[in-house]
Amino acid sequence: MLDWGGRRISAIGAVLVNALMRAGFAARFLLAILLNSGTAFRRFGLTIREIYFTGVLSLIIILVSGLFVGMVLGLQGYDTLQRFGASEALGVLVSLSLVRELGPVVGGLLFASRAGSAITAEIGLMKATEQLSAMEMMAVNPIARVVGPRFWAGVISMPLLAAMFSAMGVLGGYVVGVLLIGVDSGSFWSQMQASVDFANDIMNGVIKSIVFGIAVSLIAVFEGYDADPTAEGVSGATTRTVVTSSLAILGLDFILTAFMFRGL
Amino acid sequence: MNRKFYDFWVGLFAVLGFAALAFLALRVANMQTVRQHETYKISAEFDNIGGLKVRAPIKSAGVVVGRVSGIALDPKRYRAVVSMELDRQYLFSRDASAEILTSGILGEQYIGVSPGAEETMLKDGDRIKLTSSAIVLEQLISQMLFNKAADGSSGGNKQ
Repeated sequence: MLDWGGRRISAIGAVLVNALMRAGFAARFLLAILLNSGTAFRRFGLTIREIYFTGVLSLIIILVSGLFVGMVLGLQGYDTLQRFGASEALGVLVSLSLVRELGPVVGGLLFASRAGSAITAEIGLMKATEQLSAMEMMAVNPIARVVGPRFWAGVISMPLLAAMFSAMGVLGGYVVGVLLIGVDSGSFWSQMQASVDFANDIMNGVIKSIVFGIAVSLIAVFEGYDADPTAEGVSGATTRTVVTSSLAILGLDFILTAFMFRGL
Repeated sequence: MNRKFYDFWVGLFAVLGFAALAFLALRVANMQTVRQHETYKISAEFDNIGGLKVRAPIKSAGVVVGRVSGIALDPKRYRAVVSMELDRQYLFSRDASAEILTSGILGEQYIGVSPGAEETMLKDGDRIKLTSSAIVLEQLISQMLFNKAADGSSGGNKQ
């Protein structure tokens, strides 16, 4: 009985210690990336190539999702607001929800599952096929050559994608609210412009998306670099990237929101 | 795929991203009104500011002429000191009065400035003398109830 309880407690301890050690590895890995990121900027062509794969190829899903999220916000928001006779405030509702929360968060979740998983799979497969070891044999630092450009490409792409998501969402809300339902176009835009503040709302959204970009990119490259060099290991690492970065985005979002919008 | 291909698409991506940011800044947040004309600062004391907040609008005849830039409590006299930034193109005479109003029943609170008659205008750093405070709903209701009660008791004495 005592032995059984002891083993359970040891199992909990092992999980905790393991999680802490991985967090420590990730932090030192981030430091290593930052120290070795000279290559990513000196040979910017490498980073541009990675921006193509992480950013440009995520465009379609980001733009389409943004448009549809905005259109749904328009429909649902109108349905609720018109009960209080405030349907002109639809623009405020759509734009504030998108700029403050949905743009960075949903954009980040899509980015993690579209681009983060691809980065992990690519680096993990490079490790499994011993391309990373081969690079080291040729005195090429794989962190500078492979990991750095992918990390910085993610950090650069994420804020741009989030901004595009929000802009498309506002357009989607406009299409549904003004063109389909018939909310007055003038009050839609003017109420939006009166309530959305550049520094407080839009810049805070941009800051959020930069933080999410750093978190998702770090998790993606770390899981790839840390993956077991087997087919099973790479698939597990890809899954962990999506799960961990989604949780990280939601957790960080709560913390950032608590600091940013405490309502003066 | 060569370098030019990536350069083109990434360039397009960056242009689109910054265009989206510009759209958010100009069309959604209306940055044009942020870099407005030069401002001058004045202040006013109130007994009670109610729910007035920093960055609340200052209106004269319904037109926004400035914003509240700060709210503080005078620690000696326990009165609220509201500092305001007004647009330099709108000048008010020294006997102008400020009052705290509410737009609609549940709307946000703002400061309404009524013009005075004097020739000299308020300068940077001046203080508006004539102010009237926010109407606090609870006080209004309790006043009404007390009046009712006073009416009732005096009516009872007469009979």
